Amino acid sequence: MTRKNRLTLTLAGSLVALGASVSASWADKLTFYCSAQEDWCQLMARSFEDASGIDVNMTRKSSGETYAQVRAESSNPKGDVWWGGTGDPHLQAAEDGLTEEYISPMREQLHDWAISQAESANNRTIGIYSGALGYGYNTDLIAANNLPEPSCWKDLLKPEYKGHVQMANPNSSGTAYTTLASMVQLFGEDEGFEYMKGLHKNINQYTKSGSAPIKAAGRGENTIGIVFMHDAVAQAVAGFPIKVVAPCEGTGYEIGSMSIIKGARNMEEAQKFYDWALSAEAQNLALEVNAFQVPSNKGAKTSDKAPDLSTIKLIDYDFKKYGSSDERKRLLQKWDEDVSTLPQ
Amino acid sequence: MQGATRPGPDPGPRAKQEAPGQARGANRVLIFWILAGWIGYCLLPWYMVEDGLWSFGWLWGGYPFDEDYAPGAFLIAQGKKLWLAPLLIPLALPLLALGRAKSDPAYARLLILSGALGFGWLIAQGFGIGIRGFSYDWLRALFGELGDRQFGMGYGAMICATAFLFLLTQGIAARGAINGDVFVVSAIGGVIAIVTVFVFFPIARMLLAAFITDDGAYSISVFFAKFFDDRLWGLGCLWGARCGAAWNSLFLAIAVGFLTTALGLCFALVVTRSGFRFKRGLRALTVLPIITPPFVIGLALILLFGLSGSVTQFVADLFGIPPTRWLYGLPGVLIAQVLAFTPIAFLVLIGVVEGVSPSMEEAAQTLRANKWQTFRTVSLPLMRPGLANAFLLGFIESMADFGNPLVLGGNFDVLSTEIFFAIVGAQYDQGRAAVLAMVLLFFTLSAFYAQRAWLGKKSYTTVTGKGDAGVHPLMPVGLSIPVLTLALGWAAFTILVYAMILYGSVVELWGVNNSLTFKHYVTAFSVRLEDSGIRWTGAAWDSFWTTITIAAIAAPLTAAVGLVAAYLLTRQSFAGKNAFEFGTMLSFAIPGTVIGVSYILAFNVPPIEITGTGIILVISFIFRNMPVGVRAGIASMSQLDKSLDESSLTLGANSWQTFRRVILPLLRPAILAALVYSFVRAMTAISAVIFLVSAEYDMATSYIIGRVENNDYGLAIAYSTTLIFVMLAAVGLLQLLVGRVRIGRRTQHATETPA
Repeated sequence: MTRKNRLTLTLAGSLVALGASVSASWADKLTFYCSAQEDWCQLMARSFEDASGIDVNMTRKSSGETYAQVRAESSNPKGDVWWGGTGDPHLQAAEDGLTEEYISPMREQLHDWAISQAESANNRTIGIYSGALGYGYNTDLIAANNLPEPSCWKDLLKPEYKGHVQMANPNSSGTAYTTLASMVQLFGEDEGFEYMKGLHKNINQYTKSGSAPIKAAGRGENTIGIVFMHDAVAQAVAGFPIKVVAPCEGTGYEIGSMSIIKGARNMEEAQKFYDWALSAEAQNLALEVNAFQVPSNKGAKTSDKAPDLSTIKLIDYDFKKYGSSDERKRLLQKWDEDVSTLPQ
Repeated sequence: MQGATRPGPDPGPRAKQEAPGQARGANRVLIFWILAGWIGYCLLPWYMVEDGLWSFGWLWGGYPFDEDYAPGAFLIAQGKKLWLAPLLIPLALPLLALGRAKSDPAYARLLILSGALGFGWLIAQGFGIGIRGFSYDWLRALFGELGDRQFGMGYGAMICATAFLFLLTQGIAARGAINGDVFVVSAIGGVIAIVTVFVFFPIARMLLAAFITDDGAYSISVFFAKFFDDRLWGLGCLWGARCGAAWNSLFLAIAVGFLTTALGLCFALVVTRSGFRFKRGLRALTVLPIITPPFVIGLALILLFGLSGSVTQFVADLFGIPPTRWLYGLPGVLIAQVLAFTPIAFLVLIGVVEGVSPSMEEAAQTLRANKWQTFRTVSLPLMRPGLANAFLLGFIESMADFGNPLVLGGNFDVLSTEIFFAIVGAQYDQGRAAVLAMVLLFFTLSAFYAQRAWLGKKSYTTVTGKGDAGVHPLMPVGLSIPVLTLALGWAAFTILVYAMILYGSVVELWGVNNSLTFKHYVTAFSVRLEDSGIRWTGAAWDSFWTTITIAAIAAPLTAAVGLVAAYLLTRQSFAGKNAFEFGTMLSFAIPGTVIGVSYILAFNVPPIEITGTGIILVISFIFRNMPVGVRAGIASMSQLDKSLDESSLTLGANSWQTFRRVILPLLRPAILAALVYSFVRAMTAISAVIFLVSAEYDMATSYIIGRVENNDYGLAIAYSTTLIFVMLAAVGLLQLLVGRVRIGRRTQHATETPA
């Protein structure tokens, strides 16, 4: 090979490489809507960039806000994939046809509950983590007010807890709606609503956001907060005097989900992300940011601080029924009329 | 906006006093806009370039033949998008007007025809044809399936539309409207156009949602069902249950309006009419709460007065009063809002209090009124426009406030948060949000009209071109003692709150581990020096730079639009002036959450497709904050005697020159207020922003909310503290740049004794 030839070859090679890198920088990008906590979202975005070389544009909003945005943008979608947040808005989006069907090759590595979530939404969403409902209390405030330590749902009805319990408003929070639906499934509809009425007497505030009650408890602004247990664990790990309770009667749970947005501009990249996010390696990232949910990949690690779902009595939560918008509307209206209007 | 400030250096003489030498000047403006129209049509990409307004990849990406980047003329030359072809007619029409004299009726007729045709056709095709072909069923029924589609308007279309608009206004001016004043007619036309596009259109789109049933049909009964809701109008609080959000909001807003106006007046009096020594400190202090990001005051109040707050614990230990959650609800929201909005009242009032001419007060005293009588019968009534404006702003701000009720509201529901949760909540109910927004709008507009009725048609002019000497008299002693006490007490409270904020940003974990640390600042703003230069490794840098850039772009534009609108409102009379004023104030009366959602609904689809860009943030800020510029401008301009303009006009200046050389320099306080306010609000606004931020354009406030939601108060407060210092620096810089206006020969009491 002459020198000149070699030069031409190198030149051609570098041109091809340049062309490839240019086209890569033009084509490979992903707009990522994230509804988990900020640092987890950041970590997912950056790690996926490292793993795939695809540029990620991440926006973090709560699952309700993201649902509103996806719906508003439905005629001209801007996002590609929506990861995290409680399952109901994902199911709702699937019901409204805002998300795309996709069957990932990673499915066989997942727990059954993650797949059944997908099946109940015609494969328009899938489970990525789960967490059980419970409550947490501020040990300092319990001691300061000489209160007994609660361990069951029914304990919270005791008159001495008046003004000490906080939960979110089911109208605005998925967590609180899960609470309402869990009580209805745990105790039956009539007794479940009786329970909510009894609880209403002890509630000091219905917050807007789902995890606010336990955060207030952490700061000492509230005593008992009804939340998902992993949220309570996160507060305890952050250093706040919080004790986590798995109620003795059994409890409901959520399935954090992921969906691909219908009409995504970067469909191929969205599917790549989808597959990657279901892998054990991606789900292990949760531990780095103190997210104590249970991952959906059977091979992913769980933290020893995380509530162990196998030791908690879980009810057989009917996501299909209680995630449908008709049942939701009916329960919320009943709660609005029968519970929230009562004097406290 | 563009037309308002740049119809050329010399937009032409007024028709009445047309001088022969200036006739060519008028044609220069005409030629400019004709050229602009042709350039927009033939040279610039007609549709929105997807990579953003400032990326110029299209220049070598197939321009001018590629369908995505082609100008309109190239598109129709290739036989595509043929519905753009009719635009050639209105583009060609004004060429016929070029040779004609302005007084020729054909001149006006040609321009009006061209402008109206072009503008109208642009709108019609924009709405008629969208990304899925025809947008309406009846169009499809009439013409069949289109088989083509179009995206949002780009440079070409925008410039074309602007050109048609100003051709139209020149035509109207040539027919003799507003004395044939091209500048004024263009300014009115421009402001009306942008207010319609960016205020009325999205709001109308949103409010229409109040009448849409679940299956997408329109129905009035849906509206009534949502309107007569107990959660909205319930009066339960009279007997121990809860009141509806509408009553809560109304009561809160009235209380906040009164309290902020009273406190703002106290501060203004202390600063202008007392011998108090530390006026500068006081002045600086009153600026603090406006430059504070939302949530922070609320958080500081919780850290002070919450169930485990420092003051609560202290009082509990000292007097044995058991801690309660009294802060959560009306008291907390009220305190936080008064803290936050008093400075706005102060900023409005200080200009007015300073502007009251001392000669009036001297005249009263010469007529043997004592100090108290002078103050009550002369000074105070002359401040009425300021008082009314301050109350109105406090009322509206409180109605629209979103951050404080969110943090401190407890079970005290107000309209703004209810709207937010109707949209983002588990019950996605746009209709309810729209109904709530209507109630809110009704309240704010009623306040607006009440204010106008109270001011009446009296004259509050005190700054004239005539001799204006003298110094403001001091307040009467009986007044100055309570005013000083109040102002100082409130100032001390503000200092306490801010000390708390500063402290909160350097504590490890509030209430649990109180050791001092800088780790929150490091997490947010760490910087690494490497061989390749500085690396911004902190978590907050991205949103920080975005915020600064967007605020810096939005502020001057806001001030400009606001002041031009104020000028038109105070100095010109034209048909539909009231509707015009209503339009400029409307965006302020509507809470940000509604604006945010309506912007997404309106601007996510062609013809204007700007969601996910930085432009939508800038635009939302301009129209959210413009009303403050308008109010400040009106308050100041109603004090400037019209004889100043008239003498300038008599001496041969046109209205643009008068505006620039006479009015503008006298308006420096108003300009400063508008600039400062819009810059600061762009950095601290949250309610609209939360819907409009995107992955690429994240704002500081939405980042902070994320931290607050995560109970990460340390980082949130540290970031907010940094923002406060950045804004302080910016406000100082603006003050230096714009400079202080000197009215008359007044001096400061503190430095010199009156001669």
